[in-house]
Amino acid sequence: MTALLEVSGLVKSYSGVHAVKGVSFAVQAGQILALIGPNGAGKSTCFNMLNGQIEPDAGSIRIAGEEIVGLPPRAVWRRGVGRTFQITATFSSMTVRENVQVALLSYHSRLWSMLGYAGASHRDEADRLLDLVGMTQQADRPCGELAYGDLKRLELAVALANQPKLLLMDEPTAGMAPKERVELMRLTAGIARAKDIGVLFTEHDMDVVFEHADEVMVLNRGELIARGTPQEVRRDPHVQAIYLGEGLLYDAKHREEAVS
Amino acid sequence: MIVATQTATKGANVELLLVQALSGLASAASLFLVASGLSIIFGVTRIVNFAHGAFYMLGAYMAYTLTSRFAGPLGFWGGLVVASLIVAALGALMEMVLLRRIYQAPELFQLLATFGVTLMVQDLVVLIWGPDDLMGPRAPGFTGAFELFGRRIPSYDALLIVLGPLVLGLLWLLFHRTRWGVLVRAATQDRDMVACLGVNQKWLFTSVFALGVFLAALGGALQIPRTTVTHAMDLSIIVEVFVVVVIGGLGSVTGAFFAAVLVSELNALGILVLPKISLIAVFLVMAVVLVVRPFGLLGKPERAPRAAAGLSFRPWKPMTQIERIGVALIVAMAALLPLFAGDYTLSVGSEILVFVLFASSLHFMMTVGGLASFGHAAYFGLGAYGAAFAVKFLGAPMGVALLIGPLFGMLGAIVSGWFCVRLTGVYFAMLTLAFAQIIWSVTFQWVEVTGGDNGLLGIWPARWASSPQGFFWLTLGIAVVGVALLRMLVFSPFGFGLRAARDSTLRADAIGINRKSVQWAAFVVSGTFAGLAGALFAFLKGSVFPDSLAIPISVDGLVMVLLGGIETVSGAVVGAIVYKALAIWLMSQTDLSKLILGAIIVLLVVASPKGIVGFIEHIRHRRPRTPTGADVPDSLGINMKAAE
Repeated sequence: MTALLEVSGLVKSYSGVHAVKGVSFAVQAGQILALIGPNGAGKSTCFNMLNGQIEPDAGSIRIAGEEIVGLPPRAVWRRGVGRTFQITATFSSMTVRENVQVALLSYHSRLWSMLGYAGASHRDEADRLLDLVGMTQQADRPCGELAYGDLKRLELAVALANQPKLLLMDEPTAGMAPKERVELMRLTAGIARAKDIGVLFTEHDMDVVFEHADEVMVLNRGELIARGTPQEVRRDPHVQAIYLGEGLLYDAKHREEAVS
Repeated sequence: MIVATQTATKGANVELLLVQALSGLASAASLFLVASGLSIIFGVTRIVNFAHGAFYMLGAYMAYTLTSRFAGPLGFWGGLVVASLIVAALGALMEMVLLRRIYQAPELFQLLATFGVTLMVQDLVVLIWGPDDLMGPRAPGFTGAFELFGRRIPSYDALLIVLGPLVLGLLWLLFHRTRWGVLVRAATQDRDMVACLGVNQKWLFTSVFALGVFLAALGGALQIPRTTVTHAMDLSIIVEVFVVVVIGGLGSVTGAFFAAVLVSELNALGILVLPKISLIAVFLVMAVVLVVRPFGLLGKPERAPRAAAGLSFRPWKPMTQIERIGVALIVAMAALLPLFAGDYTLSVGSEILVFVLFASSLHFMMTVGGLASFGHAAYFGLGAYGAAFAVKFLGAPMGVALLIGPLFGMLGAIVSGWFCVRLTGVYFAMLTLAFAQIIWSVTFQWVEVTGGDNGLLGIWPARWASSPQGFFWLTLGIAVVGVALLRMLVFSPFGFGLRAARDSTLRADAIGINRKSVQWAAFVVSGTFAGLAGALFAFLKGSVFPDSLAIPISVDGLVMVLLGGIETVSGAVVGAIVYKALAIWLMSQTDLSKLILGAIIVLLVVASPKGIVGFIEHIRHRRPRTPTGADVPDSLGINMKAAE
């Protein structure tokens, strides 16, 4: 069976600095995969290559078997890839619902239509997506006024507008309060499992990673050094030395929970 | 024998070229001074100082006064420097009194303020120094000329040729060897960071502004031994300076130097080599440079502008039922005007309506598309000429001509838009300016077809629209339909996509929106409506002249849009009516119309950086919510929140 996303031999260097050197991995439908690693490991570069924002120097990226290297982000999106950004990118002059409506108009190939009121189109569909991420209450608010956590949730709704097969989330919970982080990831995982969407996300919060990822990949200096279940990765001495360090909070917390 | 003569002629030609090239280098010196000043100011404050040309002119006038009063070498050279210092002080004053208040205003708003100052200075100069051209004294010690290849070269030119690189060197030392210079360079990179490091930004900005203005004034003062001092100096230099700065790369002094030499040489040699296209050579080079290097020769990519705090958009809503009725009433009242108003009022009214349509077309592109065009007159003028050609060469009736005009605007926009949407921000604005100038020059020089300076006459409307009443109704109908169509477009799916591309290119691209094609389409729509306005203008005036696609029309359009409010849906309508009515009325009432108009613009900018309509909305939305402000169904039958 063809994997949902198949990456092989991905290479990218910036004026002599090798950011990503020969990364290969695959994501299956319905799988939640975390990509972790220290700052500068090449996570963001990897991500930006996956949705066409950066063109790799070498390697291949296949979505459901189709090569997408060389395609611009908008074409990658048309092939069923949604993404959220590390620093949220939304349309700040529009309301929350309108943000989703634009994405829906684009998905339904209606953006060149010069007739009719766009605010009335795909309204129900937009509201369903907003409901999914718990933003119904804020649908009419200007997007520029939202709190950061809400922006992240809006981005998720927008990223889901094209019924994606694959969701790329670059640090989805960065800048959020601990409670919000857990909620957002629980939400994402629920949606992914219900709709059989493959999710690839980068994250620095190990609580989030170990709680929600089916598998974890560790990137260091542009190379994948480990891949496995959260338990396997957490125990990998090499990964501990490079990234996790010792005395993990997660372990400590679970031990406490076990005691109580 | 014949061969020998030919060689001699060739030799003479080469000598002529060389001499002309030297003269070009001398011109480059002043141009460089002014351009480097503009570039430095932009680099730190992000302000495109439209008043830079005015300071250049003031420098020349001030130097004229001082050097005529104080004779001798000390009087002359001292006069130049003192004149520049006085003007620099005026510049610093403008920065402190005016610009400090509006640094947080939307981009381009400072441009409007400095444009207002430019208007004021134009009248003030005539008021103080009179309308006649003035001839300054010659530079003591540099009155003569020396011989080169049997041709005489003024020794003052030689001085200027040396001066250019000298100033470049001094500026380099200033920026690399002084503490102040390091701060300025740091602020050019990231002014917020510099502010965080405890640097007093206010005074850094003021001093940078003073230096920039000093350079502009010195550039003007140095011109007095070469040319006469006139009150039209400001506009002639400002466009050239914009071109230089953009070719060189905004913020780069060295880039400004090379670009100044390039532009001056193109001007000097172009006349010899290709006299036919000399006027457009510079703009062609600029267009090529910008397409190949979108940030100029030595410029760096512009960082995305940070959103100005406190000016976030209120999401646009279609008009409510009550607002629709209000607009319909106003239109109905306007339609009744011909029943009692005189011919003069009606022709003024028609002209205002033409500009309402023109400003709305620019507004669509600027506020919905985020594309600030500095050369929108091009499509207005193309529309006017398109209509005129239809009448003159095809003998077409008015109805057909009113279709061919917009078609010309559309074609022009298709071609130039394709290039322009590759760029963003100020560079986009400058490339639109370049295209407008190219089209203007072609119209100006292609006398056989366009009549050149003499224009095309006898473009009269059809019989039924030939009376002032009839023409007013025609214009009103077209303007209302045009503005309504543009407004509909804002709220159409296309308009949503366009706003999306403007708000966040990154996000737009990630949801399948192609920024360039969407913006190109908006450019074409805008050009088409501008062309329609131009075609009406041709019939209103009964003639077309190259003026209809010259810079002042582009600037008028910009001022109308900014005055109405850049963050509103239809502010341009109000902006156009207020600006045009004010301009026409002031012109009939006083000789100092520019002074008053400029002052009004400056005051409006300071009082309300959101424009007139933005200001009204601000007041409206500050009112406490009324309990009845619930859901009001609009004509589309959809329940939506009232604009409350």
